Amino acid sequence: MLALVSPALLVILALIVLPVGWLAWQSIYHDGFTLENYRRVFTEDIYWRSFALTFEISLAVTVIALLLGYPVAYLANSVPKGWSILILSLVVLPFWTSVLVRAYAWLALLQRTGVINQLLRYLDVISEPLALVHNTFGTVVATVHILLPFMVLPLYATMQKIPGDLMQAGASLGASPSLTFFRVFLPLSLPGVLAGCTMVFVLCLGFYITPELLGGGRTVMVSMLVSRNVELYNQFGAASAVAVVLLLSVLAIFFVVSRFISLDRVLGQK
Amino acid sequence: MMRASPARIALYVISTLVLVYLILPVLIIAPISFSSARFLTFPPPSFSLRWYQQYFANPAWMQATQVTLTVAFLTVLIATPCGVAAAYAISQSKLRIMRVIHMALLLPLVVPIIITAVGIFFVYAKVGLVATMPGLVLANVMLGLPYVVISVLAGMQSFDPAQEMVARSLGMNRLRSFFAVTLPQIKSSVVAGGIFAFISAMDETIVALFISGGQYQPLTKRMFTALRDEIDPTIAAISTLMTAASFLLVLAASARQKKTG
Repeated sequence: MLALVSPALLVILALIVLPVGWLAWQSIYHDGFTLENYRRVFTEDIYWRSFALTFEISLAVTVIALLLGYPVAYLANSVPKGWSILILSLVVLPFWTSVLVRAYAWLALLQRTGVINQLLRYLDVISEPLALVHNTFGTVVATVHILLPFMVLPLYATMQKIPGDLMQAGASLGASPSLTFFRVFLPLSLPGVLAGCTMVFVLCLGFYITPELLGGGRTVMVSMLVSRNVELYNQFGAASAVAVVLLLSVLAIFFVVSRFISLDRVLGQK
Repeated sequence: MMRASPARIALYVISTLVLVYLILPVLIIAPISFSSARFLTFPPPSFSLRWYQQYFANPAWMQATQVTLTVAFLTVLIATPCGVAAAYAISQSKLRIMRVIHMALLLPLVVPIIITAVGIFFVYAKVGLVATMPGLVLANVMLGLPYVVISVLAGMQSFDPAQEMVARSLGMNRLRSFFAVTLPQIKSSVVAGGIFAFISAMDETIVALFISGGQYQPLTKRMFTALRDEIDPTIAAISTLMTAASFLLVLAASARQKKTG
């Protein structure tokens, strides 16, 4: 049996465990042991600002995705089967579109001469084009778009397991629909909320393509810091330290969440 | 439950708007790709195939397409058997360490891709695999493995291992009984896993940004570089083709999965 897993395991060890281990080593070793790279990450302004910005954006994206995703999952759960299949298909449709393609689409929609600005000017709503992209706004709009399916799917999976009888019981005991929702349905859906929020937040922490293409160089997220340190400045030690801090943040989040819900629940939803 | 209360109406309106937000970017690309205008104008002035012609006439784009397809096919050829063997072992073995191995095989989904990319770049630089075809394929095999493992493990759940025992008690060895009894029954999830690995390889951008170069640059890397500079409608044409390709593949994968269901 171990012989059967070994080819796959070997690939994983050679291409993810070894490289990440290499990064960790490189972050503390340069002509001898050093913590200089970490000192820089934790004290220099540019690193701090980037980490803070990344956490802020990830938090905002998670909250927006929850607010947008919850109603959709709720609707998909409460309509007849044919409709819920349609709704879920629409949710996963963009999922299978390349992230690059979607970045291009958002540029086409949001840029100064883009579809939305042209439409708004044609309708005389605005006289000057709005700055919708090459900033944090554009980054958030496109990031939420990419991560929303990761929120809706676990929410829907959890809601499906909530017995409908409970809602009817609530109603038969005289509770109004909104009271049953807030006292019965919402609490029971919380594991799905946690699973969805974890996945969205963690994926957002490591986002690269979207902020790079839609952020206009001003929204420097942590992943961009890593790539710039490698590509532009040849600062391998600094890049490694940033990468290690990012990875530890992600693992810490998974660890904390695993205290509350099974990790299979988070990762099972591709 | 279906009363038209204000809350219910609000639910419908909000959900519809969210779905429009999800679908609009997917739909907007095709009209742009068929527009004759050099710059984005809405509505498009007239219909034209010039961006498709530019794509097919450009040797750089064609070479990149060839690299992408080659990488994706090789990835499937390598990742599928490795992933199937691993998923089979994980589902059949009672060894404790299998749980750890199972988690390890899902690592590519957990580690932020930028970290994987930079790490692979450093290791490749040491062993001379940067800007090579084997390097590119190997990285994509690693990234595609979790999809095969997840898909096949799901397929194994509805398979009764006793059937294989029967075949073996009748004198088949383990390998033959796997190919004669087990594989035909989990075939759909194997194919689905392979298709997902193909799409993942076709789509992969970030690792390619770091480790590919020279004549071995996939389509996504060239698209990314082009997008950083300007919004060329040729990319809309490529995007439309890519989107159509992955939708057809997903349809094929889900049709296969339903058969087992």
